[in-house]
Parts: sequence; structure tokens; C-alpha cells
Amino acid sequence: MTVNLTLLTVMGVMFAVGIYLMLERSLTRVLLGTILLSNGANLLILMTAGRAGYAPLYRDGLEADEYLDPLPQALLLTAIVIAFAMVAFMLALIYRSWILARQDEVTDDEEDRRVAETVGAYDPEEDAEVPSEASEFIGEVDPNTGTLRTDDAAGPRPETEESVERGER
Amino acid sequence: MDAELLSFTPLAVLLPFFGAAFAFAFYKNQSTQKSITIGTLVATVVLEVILLTEVWHGGTHAVHLAGWPAPYGIAMVIDRFSALMLVVSSIITLAVLLYAVGQGAAEEKNDAGPVSIFYPTYLILVAGVSNAFLAGDLFNLYVGFEIFLTASYVLLTLGGGEARIRAGVTYVVVSILSSMIFLIAIGAFYAATGTVNLADLALKLQELDPGVQLMLHVLLLIGFGIKAAVFPLAFWLPDSYPTAPAPVTAVFAGLLTKVGIYAIIRTETLLFPGERINTALMIVAALTMIVGILGALAQADIKRMLSFTLISHIGYLVFGLSLTSIIGMAATIYYVAHHITIQTTLFLVTGLIERRAGSSNVDRLGSLAKFSPALALLFFIPAMNLAGIPPFSGFIGKLGMMAGGIAENTWITWTLVTASVLTSLLTLLAVARIWSRGFWRSAEDVPEADKLLRPKTLAHARAANKRLLPATMVVPTAALVAMSLAFSVFAGPLMDYSRAAAQDMYQRTPYLEAVLGLERVDAVRDDLEGFTRELDNEPDPGDDGVDDYAPVDTSLQPDMQTDESGTSVDTEVGE
Repeated sequence: MTVNLTLLTVMGVMFAVGIYLMLERSLTRVLLGTILLSNGANLLILMTAGRAGYAPLYRDGLEADEYLDPLPQALLLTAIVIAFAMVAFMLALIYRSWILARQDEVTDDEEDRRVAETVGAYDPEEDAEVPSEASEFIGEVDPNTGTLRTDDAAGPRPETEESVERGER
Repeated sequence: MDAELLSFTPLAVLLPFFGAAFAFAFYKNQSTQKSITIGTLVATVVLEVILLTEVWHGGTHAVHLAGWPAPYGIAMVIDRFSALMLVVSSIITLAVLLYAVGQGAAEEKNDAGPVSIFYPTYLILVAGVSNAFLAGDLFNLYVGFEIFLTASYVLLTLGGGEARIRAGVTYVVVSILSSMIFLIAIGAFYAATGTVNLADLALKLQELDPGVQLMLHVLLLIGFGIKAAVFPLAFWLPDSYPTAPAPVTAVFAGLLTKVGIYAIIRTETLLFPGERINTALMIVAALTMIVGILGALAQADIKRMLSFTLISHIGYLVFGLSLTSIIGMAATIYYVAHHITIQTTLFLVTGLIERRAGSSNVDRLGSLAKFSPALALLFFIPAMNLAGIPPFSGFIGKLGMMAGGIAENTWITWTLVTASVLTSLLTLLAVARIWSRGFWRSAEDVPEADKLLRPKTLAHARAANKRLLPATMVVPTAALVAMSLAFSVFAGPLMDYSRAAAQDMYQRTPYLEAVLGLERVDAVRDDLEGFTRELDNEPDPGDDGVDDYAPVDTSLQPDMQTDESGTSVDTEVGE
């Protein structure tokens, strides 16, 4: 099978960058990582068709191996559509997360933290919440609570019982 | 006649799709949507039961869609294993749907969404799961996975509260990653062999270099392993499942991970038979069991506890399939069916507990056995079943796997047998804790008990039961409990069936003949049969499995002689 070296390199870079981005906490970067990863996979499938050839319509006098293998492109098309839907859905999720919590980060699970504290596995140096930068919104009115946002050291979101329960409902 | 009926197999996928389309069309009318959805699922269950009876004795059948022969066209294959999975999954989804209707979870009262999407999405989920069970090629399997995963994303984040979005993001990102790995694996398979048809792959993979085979094998296993929540890849599950509404969690816990297990079993038996990575799989299985159950013991919330036991019991399934013996695989198939039912039932019961007591946190529960004996019974039976107490089906399945492990008789299988006994005991501990705290403890001892648990008199409490535990929710749950009991009552025929299914899968010829046709399989039949014989998977020798069990010597045994076939013969006393 013949493989295009340029495509192969591009695919490798896409995978590498995609995986790097997916490991971030910021959801937007995770989304970009997903896009890159899915396109890398698409390139891989495209390359499995091998060397370019004639369109796969029957013509007299052409050997079988002179045609292009059409199947990878059919698979590819399906994969593109699926990835497109996934990316759209993830964008909606990220937007929703931003609307509800002004948050673009994957936070720790509340219950996980509680369990960690009860069994004494909580290490303040490792597990304490790092206040995320949301200074952009200081002084604006929070659409959910109707209060002014202040420069809160505990993070942009008050970690009260009410907010947890409101989310669960 | 058989073949004619079996050519309706694709309807198992199409019916829910059409149902979903109609349900969408009537989005303004909840009651029409409800009846369409229930009607569709009932029709699907009936169809699949008919298909099951057809394959019960008939074996494997492939439907070539649009008449294109394999490996060029798309084939849908139904064999004993997939038929059983189809029927169990559809009955489960139907029961959960009835429960959801009873609960009104589907009404989206708290959500001002423009379109009522619960019912159509639910049907799409069913269609995706059926498609994955019937897929005859890797890409169709991928599409099936994507269909039900997309539906599950929607169901998980339905209502869109903060906690659900947070959980949903974790779930969606991890699922997309696993799908990407699967897609990359498909690309690699196609590059290596030039086909994605499972039957065709089964023949062509053998010609590949062993290193390439191993790479493809591991790539595929990692993709499916994330979906099936196998140990190092399972941490997304307890984070994301418990936040969803009870019926949604129930159907996810019952079905979605098992589709991953189904895919692993299918590819392990069909594409990569042999014992090459069995030791690795066994180590993974032991870790899944132990780590999962230890996680469960640390939890206070019942839903999270159940999510961890779900992971832990996936370990049993991996154990069973990694044995590469018919007895191990038969037990695995039986255990999958049992575990789908039991896990779903437990999550539904937890939904009931949450309604009755206002919380699913064991620290805030008490007196439930006194207030609602029916609820206590509904919890007790599946909980004991999960822990594997005889005579329930959980015990029978685990016994089968351990018998398989002991028959193999190597240090690793003995380690696994020990691990599985330990896991069983710890599961018992975990459910017993819920039982003693939530059901036996008096609510007066609970510091933060909900006011639902502090009625003035017992009569008040019983009166509240009617309001909080409507029959529309209790009856589907009770039906599932009854079904889980049926697994114990009909364990004999079901085990025989699983055994036949396992034999079919290890022999591989029934599957390949159905998809590729007799001529192509005849050319390689000797190779296939030779390979199967090497695996020491002789078809049932008709001696009630004497060869499958390790000989056991105890000091209590009377003097025994064995005849040539290994069966023990008592010496006559006084001779």
C-alpha cells in the first residue's frame, strides 16, 4: 500500500496536538482537541485507500488496481458527519455550562471530594481549589442570582449548598 | 420458514427508529408520544422474542441488506448470543420506560424545553443498542455505538442543570475519545486487511504478522474497554451516571456498559481467538473487581455505590471471557443477561427509595423496612442477587466462572477465583450496609432525616407510601425483580442455551457460514476446526461436563475408583 508522507505527518501532528489539548481542563480547548483528533482519524481512513486512481466507474481496459478504492471515502463521510454532530453537541454543552456557572473548566466531582475528605485522603496542597481567573466579570450583574460579582478568593462561583442543590434539580 | 422469519431481523433496529420519528412528529401531544413509544417497544420485544425462538435451535443467520453479498454489502447477523442480548435489553428498556412514564420523569416539568425529546431519544437509544448487537461489520458497530451514545448524551444532560452539565461534559468527552480510538482502530483494520466485515476479517487477520495483529487487538480492546468501564478506563462512570434521573441511570447502567462487553466478546471470539493476551485480560479483570468494589465501600450515596459495583462486576465478565473455554464463556453470557437485569432493577429501586425517603444518601435513611415492607423486599432480592447469594442467578453465574477458572488450573486463574470470591463478599458488605442503615435502623437515630421519614404514626407512614410510591412505578420494578428471579428458576435451560451460544462462537464456522456462505468457509474449514481443537474447546462431549471440572480430592471422600472416562465409581462396601 502506498502512503502519502505529507498526509501521514499531518495526521501525526493532529493526533499529538489533539491529545495535548484534550488533556487540558478548559472545555474550549478540549473541544478543539476533539476536532483535531477526529480530523486526524479521518485522514487516517482517507489514507487507507492507498494511491490515487481512476474513479471507480467501470471502464474497459483498466486493471482492477488502477481504480481508487471508494470504500474509505464512504466511511470517511459517515465519520465526518458523526464528528460534526458531536462537536455541535459539545459546543452546546460548553455554552450551557458557561451560562449556568460562568465556567469553562471541568471541575472536580463534589461527591469525590467529600469521600476524599472523609477517608482522610484530602491533601490541601494537591486538592485545594485554585481560584480561576474570572476578573473579566467583576462588577457585572450575575444573571442567575442578580447580585454583583465580586473578586471572590474562593473562585467565581460560591460553593454553597444552595448552588449544589439548584444544579441537581 | 426459519430463514424467512429471520430476514425480519433488521426490523429490530428499524422499528424503534420509525417510532422515534413518529414520536418527534407528535411532540406537542405527550399522551400520543407516550403510547407510540410504549407501542413501539412492545412490538420490538415481541419481534425479538420471535427471533429468539427461531435461533434457539436454528443457530446463526445473516441478513444481507439490499442483497449485496458479504463482504461487499452490510450484513446484520443474529446468533444465539445476540438474540439473547436483544431480548433482555428490550425487556429492560420497556420496563424502564413504563417506570419513567409512572414517575413523570419524561414530562420535563422542571424544564421549559421547546420540544419534548425524552421519548424519541429513548427510542433512538434502543435502536442504537440493537444495531450494535446485530452489526456484522466493524463500521456498522461503530455507527451503532455512536447512535446510542449520542442519544445517551441527550438523556444524561436532559433538563440541563448545573450538576448534570458537569457530569455530562465528563461523559461526553470520554465517550468521544473512546469512539475516536475505535475509529482509528477501524482505519488500521482496513489498512491492514482491506475489509471491515467481521467474518471476512476473521479469515484475513490470521494471515497478518503477529505483531500487527496484537496492535489491532489492543487498539480495539482499549476502545471497547472505555465503553465497558474496565478498570483503568472506568473512572468516568461513577462521576457521570448518578446525576441523571433514576430511569435514565438505570437503563445506562444496565445496557451501555454491556454493549461494550458484547463488542469485546464478539471480537475476542471471532477476530482474535486464542489465548495470547489472556493473562493481561485476567489481571485487568482482577483489578476491575477489587478496585471497583473498594470504591463502592467508600461511598455514602446509593447511586454512586451501585455505579462502583457496576464497574466491579464488569470484572467478572472480563474474567469469564478471558478464560477462552466454553464453560467460562457460557457463564459469561448467562452473567451478562443476569447483570443487565439486576443492575437496572437496583437503580430503579434506588429511585423509589429516593422518592420515599427524600434522599439516596445512606446517612439520611432509616426505618424504610418498617414504613414500606414492599420496598424493602424489592431492594433485598436484587441486592442479595448482586452479591451472589445462592440460590439467586448471580451465584449461578459466578459459580460457572469459578468452575471455568478452576478447570484451567493455573496460578493466575486461582488468583482470579480468590479475587472473585473476595469481591462477592465485599459486595455483600456494601449492600448489607445499605440494608442495615437504610432499612433496619430507626429513623429517629438519623440526625438529618428528611421529614418524610418522621411521620406521626406508622399509619401516616403507610398512607404516605401510596402517594410516594405509585403503582405505576412499583409494578415495573417488581416485574424486573420477577425477571431476575426467573433467571434462577430457568437457569438450566438458560445455561444450556448459553453453552450452545458459547460453542457457536468458539467454533466460528456457524457465523462465518451464515455471512460468507458455505463455499468460502469450506475452503478453510480444516484450518478453522484445527484451530478450535487447539483451544481445547471440544463441543459438549455429553458427559455432563466431567472434563470441565478439576478433580477434587478431599479427606472426606469414600474410597473411589475411576473408570476410563474419569467418572468416579463407588466401591461396594464390604467387598
